[in-house]
Amino acid sequence: MRLISEAGIRRILTGIAFSAIAMLLLIVLFILKEGLPFIFKIGPGNFLFSSDWSPLNGKFGIFAMIVGSLWVTAGALIIGVPLGLAGAIFLSEFLPRWAMRIIKPTIELLAGIPSVVYGFIGVMVLAPIIREYLGGPGLSILAASIILGVMILPTILSISIDSIKAVPNSYREGAFALGATHWQTIHMAVLPAAKSGIIAGIILGLGRAIGETMAVIMVVGNAAKIPTSVLDSVRPLTANIALEMGYATGIHRQALFATGVVLLVIIMVLNYAANLAIKNMVKK
Amino acid sequence: MQLTIFRPSQYASNTEFIIPLPCIHISLMEQNMKLNPNKIFFVIMIFLAGLGLVACGKSGNAITVAGSTAFQPFAEKLADQFMAGTPGASVTIQGGGSAVGIQATLSGAADIGMADMVTLPKEALTLKTVIVARDGIVMVVNPKNTVKTLTVDQIRDIYNGKIRNWKDAGGKDHAVTVISREEGSGTRSSFETIIKNVTLTKEAIIQDSNGTVRETVANDINSIGYISHGLVNDKISALLINGVACVNEEINKGRYPLVRPVFLMTREAPQGLSKSFIDYILSEQGQKTILANGLLPAK
Repeated sequence: MRLISEAGIRRILTGIAFSAIAMLLLIVLFILKEGLPFIFKIGPGNFLFSSDWSPLNGKFGIFAMIVGSLWVTAGALIIGVPLGLAGAIFLSEFLPRWAMRIIKPTIELLAGIPSVVYGFIGVMVLAPIIREYLGGPGLSILAASIILGVMILPTILSISIDSIKAVPNSYREGAFALGATHWQTIHMAVLPAAKSGIIAGIILGLGRAIGETMAVIMVVGNAAKIPTSVLDSVRPLTANIALEMGYATGIHRQALFATGVVLLVIIMVLNYAANLAIKNMVKK
Repeated sequence: MQLTIFRPSQYASNTEFIIPLPCIHISLMEQNMKLNPNKIFFVIMIFLAGLGLVACGKSGNAITVAGSTAFQPFAEKLADQFMAGTPGASVTIQGGGSAVGIQATLSGAADIGMADMVTLPKEALTLKTVIVARDGIVMVVNPKNTVKTLTVDQIRDIYNGKIRNWKDAGGKDHAVTVISREEGSGTRSSFETIIKNVTLTKEAIIQDSNGTVRETVANDINSIGYISHGLVNDKISALLINGVACVNEEINKGRYPLVRPVFLMTREAPQGLSKSFIDYILSEQGQKTILANGLLPAK
């Protein structure tokens, strides 16, 4: 039975592939259309650099939330990157192949755990520990960073492993031939060669950290203020949208879309910067 | 057909701009994948057919009720009883919050909206409303907290950020963790309307439902929050206000201050299944269920 020709299949697949891009474009256009008029109405300065958020009283300042998003994301990277990188080096360079075949898929399963489960663990286990031993309300930047750090771990780990594995064996043989030890080989030959891939993994992790919503809402406390320590509660941009989305009408709704615009711009800037960094590194 | 895995070299070379999407799952499927184009086509067709079936699931004898998260558990209980007594009827209860209830009723997404606010916002004026219950708002603290009663002024000062330590409200020397609901919540707007002149402190932790407020208070000995009376359990302790407990007699006498009505709203005068469901809630049996579960009857 031959339902459809080879060329037909290709056309269908091309169509599906392009529809994904079309969806992305439509989403971006829609967010911009809903959010930009609001930003120009109240002024980008007022919107971006004031931390007074009280939509029912007509005060829309998201500076505290931008700061909150960046703190939480930075915290997630501080926890996730060293763990992910160390794990990737250990798994790909020091473990026999059969062990990695078991361990890597297991770690990748971490990516499949729903974020609400991470959030739940954060609220029930992590927040009380932080409150008890470090002080503050427990629902804090620190709690969110730890939860997000674990959530982005499989992304960073898995892509780093792939890129370390992709380094040709001749590099390692060359380094050994020059008399380098195993560790010298890794950090002077293998890691520099795999650098762009590792950074790509970190960017993907960063994207997940900044965009994660459910787990973050549950553990971060959502206080709309500028934090003074990692034990303070903050409200990231994503949490702001999700918290108030259900109630927002009129100008409040537009303000949430404008928050989305800011989030989009932040992600684009971070991506672009990271891609530039990769390019420069490859040129060297 | 080979699915290629992520290679750093590809990433670095010709990509200008990448929106991060999780792509690691592909590497799990890397080995031994052989896909026949015809099979793909079949899978897609079956998937689309499935979508088509799901789309036509809605029938006539069903209504949707949406809104207030505080009244949601009661509405679910009432709906179960109502459906047990009315064969073939289907009542779906959704949460979302009072404002969602109003919006969904206005837009027609829900047949009946639930809202629990002292005063309904002006966009709800066109709706037909009926009060089906009254609900006390209870200030709750951790059972380990020694404070047992607060005045309305103290509550206002705590939420304004003037009282930052429990010792200023008659408790032990530890900082107050203020927990509030998000802007637009029916419980929060009722709370702030009744307490008056509340400018919520920026330190306040915001939780998005009665249930999460309760969990946070149950876990944090320094915290104070406010929830619907129907949701009080033994993991938290309810405070007296001006020495008055939130019980039916006190509310009926008008001595307990934090009380709000629960509205059901429809776009037109209720008819059909909507009418019989609302009538059921207002019936003796429905009101008894409401009372038995911790809310106050409408009359």
